[in-house]
Amino acid sequence: MEIGFYPGCSLNGTSSEYAQSTLALAKAFGVTPVEVSDWNCCGATAAHNLNHELAAALPARVLALAQQQGFSEILVPCAACYNRLSVTQHTLSGNEALQSDISEALQMPLSGNLRILNVMQFIEKYIAKEIPQKIVKPLTRKVACYYGCLLVRPHDVLQFDRTEDPQSMDTLMAAIGATPIDWGYKTECCGAGFSVSRTDVVAKLSGKIVQDAVERGAEAIIVACPMCQSNLDMRRPHIDSYLKMKTTIPVMYVTQAIGLAVGLSRKELGLEKLFVTAKHVA
Amino acid sequence: MSEKKGFIAEVKSETGVNVNRCYQCGKCSAGCALNESMDYPPSVVMRMLQTNSAENVSKVLRSQAIWLCVSCQNCLTRCPMQVDIPQLMDYLRVQALAKKTVNKKSKKIVAFHRAFLDSIKYTGRLYEVGLVAGYKARTFDLLQDLNVAPRMLIKGKLPLLPEMVKGKKQLKKFFR
Repeated sequence: MEIGFYPGCSLNGTSSEYAQSTLALAKAFGVTPVEVSDWNCCGATAAHNLNHELAAALPARVLALAQQQGFSEILVPCAACYNRLSVTQHTLSGNEALQSDISEALQMPLSGNLRILNVMQFIEKYIAKEIPQKIVKPLTRKVACYYGCLLVRPHDVLQFDRTEDPQSMDTLMAAIGATPIDWGYKTECCGAGFSVSRTDVVAKLSGKIVQDAVERGAEAIIVACPMCQSNLDMRRPHIDSYLKMKTTIPVMYVTQAIGLAVGLSRKELGLEKLFVTAKHVA
Repeated sequence: MSEKKGFIAEVKSETGVNVNRCYQCGKCSAGCALNESMDYPPSVVMRMLQTNSAENVSKVLRSQAIWLCVSCQNCLTRCPMQVDIPQLMDYLRVQALAKKTVNKKSKKIVAFHRAFLDSIKYTGRLYEVGLVAGYKARTFDLLQDLNVAPRMLIKGKLPLLPEMVKGKKQLKKFFR
């Protein structure tokens, strides 16, 4: 089975292990994600902060390319890209004038109903059913499922899971033998795109998330967003100095956690790329 | 207070957001992750705009708050009146840029966004090395992340060469 695949810039660089583990997991379950050819950046936070037209045009070109290349469904593992693409699809469908302006400027048709799947929706649809019979090494750990902002909000547009206490990742973690904990920071913000420009803000917001997970006994934080992962993982020295303690809790992608449970190797899943090692838990 | 003119009307016609729907319950400020760092929390920004006075509008457009908003969408999600504050914040930021009233303490945030868009403009995709170089050139923050970059490189998280999107010309006219 083939499905369209939009990796986005993070998965091409700073979060290459997310792409690696997503593709390895898909392959293990007989799904082949096919990259949308000549894709561009979704614009992320910068575009909608500074330039509204650009913020719509960048994702619009990706959506148009995917349709041009014959995909009816695309997998978008990055939560930020998933959010930008979904919001743009929603905005354009409700604004004919903007849709025709952008379509004309891009010289590409902008219609049709491409289905955009985040990583959890992809796993639920194509993988989840077969997980039980493929488990070889259950992840018998307490885990904090961290969804962040962009997977679940704005709910009116995304229509995915619950906004305050989402469950999709918790259900997947329970399916691989882990114990998802109850905690208070499931959908709190990590500081997102302030990683470079306001590292102090990221240290504080991400610090509170790490602290709550640790205090409630979690042994790993599970994520589905490259921004969340890099803030909680690569910014750990800043987080630890904000918290005034040394924390060792690793931050793994949901695809890495499931991959381990179904017997994929640490190398295939890019686990050695984590800054905070996961060796002591998986 | 008249809805028919002034900034309230401008916001309404440009974004569809009606600032007068806010009844100051404060849920946005209570749930705002950045509240503690802001000069005016979101509900105060709303109240200032509701006065429709040129003085308050100018204060908002010069505030740090509009740049510290990370668009996490928590405020909108919890707002009993569904006031789309994140969309309003996007509008306020663009206005502050146009009127050249960007808050001085927020210049690094804007520099990062600009460097990010520059990178996409030239290649179509984000090129991290170029982004950080552009950011440093704008801020003179030369020491930023000198200790992280080598580890990223070793772990294969920092491609040294940019990837070029063939169709980037299609996007050229949207960059200003």
